[in-house]
Amino acid sequence: MTPTLALYLPIVAPLAAAGVAALLGRRTAAWVAVPAAASILAAGLWLATAVTGGRAVASGLLRGDALTTFMLIVIGAVATIACWAGVHHLADEAATGNGTPAAARRYLILVQLFLATMSLAVLADNLGLLWVAVEATTIVTAFLVGHRRSRASVEAAWKYVVLCSVGIGIALLGTVCAYATAVAAGAHGTTALNWTYLAGHTAGLDPDLTRLAMGLLLLGFGTKAGLAPMHAWLPDAHSQAPAPVSALMSGVLLSVAFYAIWRYKAITDAVLGPGYTRGVLLVAALASLAVAALLLIAQQDYKRMLAYSSIEHMGMVALGTATGSRLAITAVLLHVLGHGLGKAVAFCGAGQLLHLSGSSRIVAVRGLAARHPALAGVFGLAVVALLGLPPFSLFASEIGIARAGFTGGTAGATAVAFILVLVAFAALTRNSAGILLGAPDPVPTIDPPATDPRAGSGRPRPAAIAPLAIGLAAAAALGISLGPLGELLDSAAATIVGGH
Amino acid sequence: MTDQLLNLACGLFLLTAIGVLWRRELSALIALLTVQGLALTGIAAVLAVGHSTETMVVAVGVGLLKAGLLPWLLRRVLTQVPGARETAPLVNVSASMLAAAGLVLLAYVAARPLVELAPTAAAQAAPVGIAVVLIGFFLATTRRRAISQIIGVMLIDNGIAAVAFLATGGVPLVVELGVSADLLLAVLVLQVLTTRLHAAFGDTDLDELRELHD
Repeated sequence: MTPTLALYLPIVAPLAAAGVAALLGRRTAAWVAVPAAASILAAGLWLATAVTGGRAVASGLLRGDALTTFMLIVIGAVATIACWAGVHHLADEAATGNGTPAAARRYLILVQLFLATMSLAVLADNLGLLWVAVEATTIVTAFLVGHRRSRASVEAAWKYVVLCSVGIGIALLGTVCAYATAVAAGAHGTTALNWTYLAGHTAGLDPDLTRLAMGLLLLGFGTKAGLAPMHAWLPDAHSQAPAPVSALMSGVLLSVAFYAIWRYKAITDAVLGPGYTRGVLLVAALASLAVAALLLIAQQDYKRMLAYSSIEHMGMVALGTATGSRLAITAVLLHVLGHGLGKAVAFCGAGQLLHLSGSSRIVAVRGLAARHPALAGVFGLAVVALLGLPPFSLFASEIGIARAGFTGGTAGATAVAFILVLVAFAALTRNSAGILLGAPDPVPTIDPPATDPRAGSGRPRPAAIAPLAIGLAAAAALGISLGPLGELLDSAAATIVGGH
Repeated sequence: MTDQLLNLACGLFLLTAIGVLWRRELSALIALLTVQGLALTGIAAVLAVGHSTETMVVAVGVGLLKAGLLPWLLRRVLTQVPGARETAPLVNVSASMLAAAGLVLLAYVAARPLVELAPTAAAQAAPVGIAVVLIGFFLATTRRRAISQIIGVMLIDNGIAAVAFLATGGVPLVVELGVSADLLLAVLVLQVLTTRLHAAFGDTDLDELRELHD
């Protein structure tokens, strides 16, 4: 068996599972989704053996190098948790009479299409195809955000589509400018947008047009990555989507958008030097951290709290990317994986919480540890992971980003960033401690609009804890030792830093 | 001769974008968008003459999509959402015209690297595309109807397509196909969401969207 097959598996397996969902009933299809998601992870691990040390596997329009492989592992790992949790999510919806079979079928098909488009985005060698795949994720997830069809979720879906379409439109203009640069430098046809071609022919690219292109690309893909000040859609979309979809959007889709920035950064840094991208990313990083820290302080909705935590972590990723040294990028990649796992567990746990309590308000779920100890345990540990405490891997990656920042020429910005991280840390701790240990609200307030009136009568499912516990175990294991993944991370970081 | 045709098409392209800012009735806006789609097709066709058949195929495809399918979809939204006959601009027409003039000047400044790189007649006209993109942004941010935001998104996309044709002779076929498919799907999604918004909020005035905030 050649590794070429592993390039097609992450796209074909979800498409096949989508077909199964179209034909078979909810129960079967929901379980079929889990191996389909796991096969993305398997393909990533399979490719990992073939791509370390700067090698790559290519076939047609697809290409897998160390960075692609690493992103496939992130997508596969988070998708497996989200699809497994999705089985229970759909069962809960059906049990409370909250979803029709047609809605469940649509959900299962769309989630698999979502996985296929994300895999295509990281596997595409052609940067135009990468854009097409990222835009396709917006279209597919729009319906998932509006899945519940309440006023709030339709509003969130509308804002999501309009803001992200406009943002990603800017990225298309940037892609066109990049293409114009390549054509002027003598390339033609589809090859001119191939990342391998551009990364190998940076000498002929016009600096002025490259600067214009990269500015547009940072703005466009930055919108999709949830960086401030283009983040306005994110808290709405992530809080209104069904929990497993929030897990995927927050845990991997943001990173897939960032993956596009990394690919272009490898090219433009060779043309312009690192200063330009660094400056823009530092501003975005500090703005994101500031927005997240401020809005976490007084947050009253636990799903929005997790959404703002995503903006905070994307700010960290932007900070590390701006620093741009080998150490920083390695830490950033580890951060992406650790955040994906932690956030997937947290959002899936929050989904169960919403199902049990019927409200996404923090006051409605206080004192969780006494009422549902198992769920409180996984949710609490997921928040501990997101806070960046040991033994979870975000501890190691945040230390790495800080160390690289203080030694790599962005010391001032890094210092400001970590003050903001500290504020966010305190706010997230206070809110989560309230959820877990706080005294239950004595007077049940009248349900605010964020509440779904049909939920709230559910029972806890012990089986639904299993995927979340596995995700936490994986995040903790990564924090203790990277094992064989270390070599892959190193090669992937070299792809971004070295340009090859 | 070719250059004159190209200039004519580019002029019409920009004029329709300004017309979209000027008119208030949604049906007139959709008619203007159709004309703009035809102008874009004209640009693509003039540039494709004498080139490969691939670029001609792209030109025909763009024409079918932007002057046929998308305006038709917008008309359907209009019939499904009664009561949304006029846009509700936040900025009055004369101020919008002044803003448009400013945006066109800005586009010429912003597009300088694009023009200097390949000083052909087509590339000289590339700022027109950028100007339409900027006008699209302006429209999407200053109008309160859901359907005018869709029109804004479509103006942005038309502008980008024009830049792609003028500056580079068109992006590769495989990319163009993907971009067109995405655009079509995005407008379909927005169409479905408009009807859902109408069902949930009664009217598609975006000021009504106040459910989600911090």
